[in-house]
Amino acid sequence: MVLRTPLYSEHVRLGARLVPFAGWEMPLHYGSQIQEHQAVRQDAGMFDVSHMRAIDLIGPDALSVLRRLLANDAAKLTVPGKALYSCMLNPAGGVVDDLILFRLDELAYRAVVNAATTAKDLAWMHHHLAGERVDIRPREDLAIIAVQGPTARDRTASCLPEALRARALALAPFHGVSDGDWLVGRTGYTGEDGFEIMLPHTEALALWSALIAAGVRPCGLGARDTLRLEAGLSLYGQDMDESIGPLDAGLAWTVAWTPETRDFIGRQALSARRDHPERLDLVGLLLTGRGVLRAHQPVLLEGRIIGEVTSGGFSPTLERSIGLARITPVDRVECAVEIRGHAVAARIVKPPFVRHGRIRVTL
Amino acid sequence: MSQVPGDLRYTKSHEWVRDNGDGTVTVGITDHAQDALGDIVFVETPEQGREVAAEEGCAVVESVKAASDIYAPLAGAIVAANPLLDDTPDAINNDPYGEGWIFQLAPSDPGALALLLDAAAYQQVVADDA
Repeated sequence: MVLRTPLYSEHVRLGARLVPFAGWEMPLHYGSQIQEHQAVRQDAGMFDVSHMRAIDLIGPDALSVLRRLLANDAAKLTVPGKALYSCMLNPAGGVVDDLILFRLDELAYRAVVNAATTAKDLAWMHHHLAGERVDIRPREDLAIIAVQGPTARDRTASCLPEALRARALALAPFHGVSDGDWLVGRTGYTGEDGFEIMLPHTEALALWSALIAAGVRPCGLGARDTLRLEAGLSLYGQDMDESIGPLDAGLAWTVAWTPETRDFIGRQALSARRDHPERLDLVGLLLTGRGVLRAHQPVLLEGRIIGEVTSGGFSPTLERSIGLARITPVDRVECAVEIRGHAVAARIVKPPFVRHGRIRVTL
Repeated sequence: MSQVPGDLRYTKSHEWVRDNGDGTVTVGITDHAQDALGDIVFVETPEQGREVAAEEGCAVVESVKAASDIYAPLAGAIVAANPLLDDTPDAINNDPYGEGWIFQLAPSDPGALALLLDAAAYQQVVADDA
């Protein structure tokens, strides 16, 4: 059975090219992926990401179990409304999933997880939370709309319920505000400012329509992927997975080592990996020769394979191909990528490629 | 509904072929194909003089989505590649049957052209695809 979000009919009406994605039928683009990408960099675009799942964890033990379950420390969320990004690890230090965690109130947290991993994540949580005083509630009643771009917050404000408007505009990055079943977070996955809005299915179409009227352009998952790639943000299943942990995926900054007494799942394995001589780097690649970087192409240094592209594509902002690659650390920047049997020149750079509309690498 | 000009020949792999009347043919991809690929960002064209077999991959069109091989519709020698595509690969999106042509070929068997699909047969291929 194919799953559809509450905005499915609206996507059809808007002429979206719909594609299967993690069991869902989702919009890839509404005409031009590149124009949708530019709308987010220069103005405001929105994405229906209702296939992603909000999971509420509620009860007296919620914080203590999250501190065991996540590599980042949920105790950093000192006040309701704060959010953080974290990997959820297996004992071997591989990534079960990556997620955003919001603190809702004293005893309640909300994790937002990937669509393809929702069932696995729920099983994982139930397994590790057995016997604890915490309820796990997947919020299948909620839609999620991400509004992103330099004008996104301004354009969105007038579309929000009165009770949330002023508080949403006052949010600092990585904070959220809620009212009833609505939650507005100043978060995103594009390298631009904006909001991610969770709200009841029944109210999703009204908000979406109001956002269109406010000048926000509907964007598909295609633009979402090129935007996150330019922003240097990892995609689960591609840049890291159950066999590749955060230290080898450029996500060391998301692991909270202190306090040393916090025994999160995967800690032992990560500690051993920390100073491992074969630890890998996740780097940015700028293709200086002709072609397009794609996942799994070998990265070469003087004819020797030093790693592979994990995510690749065409950057509309840089008007050339960029990628993320996992490689053996090297002290050189000029390298090559094997594309259809040919070594094509590339340069190693530090992501992000683009942030807040500005190019951050030297072309 | 995508455009399928009546004066061209077609392949099942979504190339179109125009008879130039001088012993050469021009090859591109159809409106249906460019629409399915999405925004095209890079084209690798074949070298002039290369001998190709029918159905041999001889060009690559890369869209925002993926790389796709373009096949020689007929055996022959490559006589030209579209130089415009180096800087404006999206000509294929904007004008698939005109400025977005990909290469020209001198078929070794001029009679083989008549064996390719006509517009009606190609329209059926597209309909079956949907």
